[in-house]
Amino acid sequence: MNITFRLAWRNLWRRKRRTWLTVGAMVFSNIILVFMISLQIGMYGMMINNTLRAQTGHLQVQAAGYLDDHKIRQVVPDVEQLAAKLRRGLATDEVAARASAFALVSSADRSYGLQITGVEPKFEPRVSSLPGLIKDGRFLSDAKADEIVIGRVLARNLQVGVGGELTFIGSARDGSIAAAVVTVVGIFESGMSDLDRNLAEVPLRFFQDTFAMGDAGHSVVIMAPSLIQVGATRSRAEALLPAGEDLVIHDWEALLPGLKQAIQADFTSAWFMYGILIVLVAFSVLNTQLMSVLERTKEFGIVMSLGVTPGRLGRLVLLETTLMATIGLVLGVLLGGALVLWFGSHGFSYPGMQEMAGKFNLPSRIYLQVTFIGLLFGPMIIFISSIVASLYPAVRLRFMEPVAAMRAA
Amino acid sequence: MMGNLRIIIRLAWRNLWRNYRRTLIMLAAIVIGVWAMIFMTALMRGMVDDMVKDGISALPGHVQIHNPAFRDDPTIANVMEPPSGKLLEVLNRPEVVAWTTRVRVPAVISSERDTRGVTLVGIEPDRERGISFVAEDVTEGRYLESRDDRGLVVGRKLTEKLETGLGKRVVIMSQDQENEIADRGFRIVGIFDSKLDQYEEQFVFAGEGTIQELLGVGDAISEVAILGTDYRDVEGLRQMVADAAGPDVEVLPWNKLDPYLGSMLAVMDGFVVVWIVVVFLALSFGLVNTLVMAVFERVREIGLMLALGMTPRNILSQILAESILLLVIGLAIGNLAAWATIEPLKGGIDVSIVGQGMEYWGAASILYPALYLKDVILANIIVIVLGFFASLSPAWRASRYDPVRAITKV
Amino acid sequence: MKSVRCIDLCKTYRQGDVDVIGLDHVNLEIEGGGFVCLSAPSGGGKTTLLNAIGGLDTPDSGEIWLAGNRVDNLGKGELAKMRLHQIGFVFQAYNLIPVLTARENVEFVMEVQGVAAADRRARSLEILEEVGLGGLEDRRPAQMSGGQQQRVAVARAIASRPALVLADEPTANLDSQSADHLMELFVELNRNHETTFVIATHDQRVMGYARRVIQMLDGRIVGDEQKEAA
Repeated sequence: MNITFRLAWRNLWRRKRRTWLTVGAMVFSNIILVFMISLQIGMYGMMINNTLRAQTGHLQVQAAGYLDDHKIRQVVPDVEQLAAKLRRGLATDEVAARASAFALVSSADRSYGLQITGVEPKFEPRVSSLPGLIKDGRFLSDAKADEIVIGRVLARNLQVGVGGELTFIGSARDGSIAAAVVTVVGIFESGMSDLDRNLAEVPLRFFQDTFAMGDAGHSVVIMAPSLIQVGATRSRAEALLPAGEDLVIHDWEALLPGLKQAIQADFTSAWFMYGILIVLVAFSVLNTQLMSVLERTKEFGIVMSLGVTPGRLGRLVLLETTLMATIGLVLGVLLGGALVLWFGSHGFSYPGMQEMAGKFNLPSRIYLQVTFIGLLFGPMIIFISSIVASLYPAVRLRFMEPVAAMRAA
Repeated sequence: MMGNLRIIIRLAWRNLWRNYRRTLIMLAAIVIGVWAMIFMTALMRGMVDDMVKDGISALPGHVQIHNPAFRDDPTIANVMEPPSGKLLEVLNRPEVVAWTTRVRVPAVISSERDTRGVTLVGIEPDRERGISFVAEDVTEGRYLESRDDRGLVVGRKLTEKLETGLGKRVVIMSQDQENEIADRGFRIVGIFDSKLDQYEEQFVFAGEGTIQELLGVGDAISEVAILGTDYRDVEGLRQMVADAAGPDVEVLPWNKLDPYLGSMLAVMDGFVVVWIVVVFLALSFGLVNTLVMAVFERVREIGLMLALGMTPRNILSQILAESILLLVIGLAIGNLAAWATIEPLKGGIDVSIVGQGMEYWGAASILYPALYLKDVILANIIVIVLGFFASLSPAWRASRYDPVRAITKV
Repeated sequence: MKSVRCIDLCKTYRQGDVDVIGLDHVNLEIEGGGFVCLSAPSGGGKTTLLNAIGGLDTPDSGEIWLAGNRVDNLGKGELAKMRLHQIGFVFQAYNLIPVLTARENVEFVMEVQGVAAADRRARSLEILEEVGLGGLEDRRPAQMSGGQQQRVAVARAIASRPALVLADEPTANLDSQSADHLMELFVELNRNHETTFVIATHDQRVMGYARRVIQMLDGRIVGDEQKEAA
């Protein structure tokens, strides 16, 4: 091991308490960053996944213009066929066809206007979490049966339970009246009051019959293997679309525009705060290294008289900072990681999360996970900014004159 | 005693500037930390305050009275009587800034082109003006003129979805008390623009009397909305109203009506403390380090002073004074900087780039910082008090030096 | 060949409000292998001259030639290089890096000089032996006496076998016995390796070891005595 390295290391420990305090600032900030960033990653991931799984899926094939206008006549032709084709082409069965329309739903005592969605009973559970959230009864089974599943809040509002009958009336695709009587076979509870109040699902073919849709539907929902692969999946799916039809594929950012921005907004405000921590650590490092250099003016002067260049001394200072920052990084990652692991098994909750849970599709306790980015991103930035902070004292050395330095006190 | 203090401060001041670079760097860090404490807090407070105010305006009111079954089943089946007798008398007391009655039912609105589910709200236009957002938000056409106004006020987003507009006719359908569907044609007389798109799509306003007539409920209402003087303190109001309203109805404050909203204020208070403490802790490492270095450099001098007869307590006070002086200067500049950056931003910070995202969280796309005295005081107190304790260790050690060893230290 | 040639050196520097004359038209020639003492009372200019010769400081005017090469007009980087390979310095105090051992102090200079790691170890031990510190190579400066510390400084100075060693009051902090030992070491190195020694001092004892004593006063050379070594 070369002498310069040894020298840098030992220089750090000339003033043990000072070095430890500076490292302490790094470790403290790192722990906070590791914890908070892991928390954010966990929360955002969950928000996205839960919301997408409950509502829109990663991608949807729709008729051009349907997203804005939502008209029943803006159809995807042969929707079940297209769904099957996409299943084959993408080699996954997380693809399902849907159709939806507005209808007035009535029980014996109540009526509510809401969206009725026709789904493929076999494939809908593969793209949506709702079938799995059925608390009473069961999900739809037969594509043609006159069944319906509704949310808990809607069931309560309509004052109906499993086995009860509902009628609905709407406007069919050809302009005629669409009407049907259905039996409630299942009641779901998602925890999101919007869904539990406004969503009702019937089998797709039954929907198509009732609303004079023929073979058409309104969307094909696709789930990509993971969030990162949405773009790739989209390209592949686009290639499989029939030519000539006016079909487009929307990704979840277009389907749920608020979600991505909400995460961005939260992310940005968090980084403003992280930025303050990073700046304060940088100041700490600057102060320590500057003082450390000034104290050694005479020593540096003598070393320079031996022929060591100020540039080399500057590099020595940077090396010292790097070593210190490495300790801060390693300790911060270890301790921060331990904290994340602890909360991974015990779950993390703070006051207000309970209330947020229902609104934003989050659980009321989050079980943190150790991720590469969560562990390293924050500490890396602190590492780099510490070294940058010590550039000033290091560069300042370039202007040192040996004779003047040796005369220093 | 006072003369002593003056000397201590003057000495502390001079000592701080002996190593001006270190002092300046530490000072800069303190200023940035204090600025961040106050600025960030003001920003978040402003956002939450606005969210709560908007939420209250949408409920509306600080306290609401309903039929006990209404919240679970918000339909025309669960109505109550309009206020009379004792309740009416209480509502006219000065603690009640404004109050109004409403009929609120689920309904279906259809234009020529489309049909949607909405919430139909029958209002008393004059009274409603003091409580909710509608009156100010009407940007096209006109607001409702009386309880019996036959017109409809609709949100802009809804008119876009329905592909209809001012002056056009729409049909409103809703369930009456016999479970029959009652429907009527309405003309859109006003269009409102709200901060939050979802309000525009969900709420449709008509005259209370017109709706009561449509649904055949006589003078029954869905809810009474009451505005007090301070949303932060509604328990007194709620109690007063509940006592007067009797046991047959449910009287709830806004934070129970919307638990998410209700939790925001408490969460915010917690956040402020946590943020301030975290920033201070990040500063504290540098602060202690600065003191440790200052003491170390002056070991011989301290030894000399002890040998000359200064007591350890003097030394302790001296070192503490330096630290406190540094903190005080930093606080002064930091507070000033925070105020100086908040003032010009009082007109609002435009975050409409993530406007839809903000709406997701329930916040508007323009942030107005809100500087609260209690937050500023909290920040300053925490910095001084915790700073004092952080400085105790190096100051204590300095006072414990053995004079002989200190003087002979190389 | 002349090891050191100074031609008409002048240097003034500022001390507080006053301009002090450090060197006042100094002319000097030293033979290779010489053992010279610069003697002057404090502030006489000996340190300034030494610094100028060693390339630590540039004169305001005049020329300096070392081993036939002109050095007063070199840039900082070249001067540093020159000091690294061709000149050794020994100062009165604080010569050593306190956190490195004796051997590491010597090795450090070698590392900067570019000597390979394997060679460094062996050679540094060799040199420490030569200055009489065999067995003490793993001690830190704080664990050695003043005399021993100065020996390490000498070892470091001669690590690259420079042609010239400049010493500024090397014995000022030593007791008389250590001072003698140090001077004897200098004499030995001078004899064995033909290294030119220029030693600035106001200690009579030290001057006794020199073969030539140059007296300075207020930046001027006022005396130049050749004598036989003791």
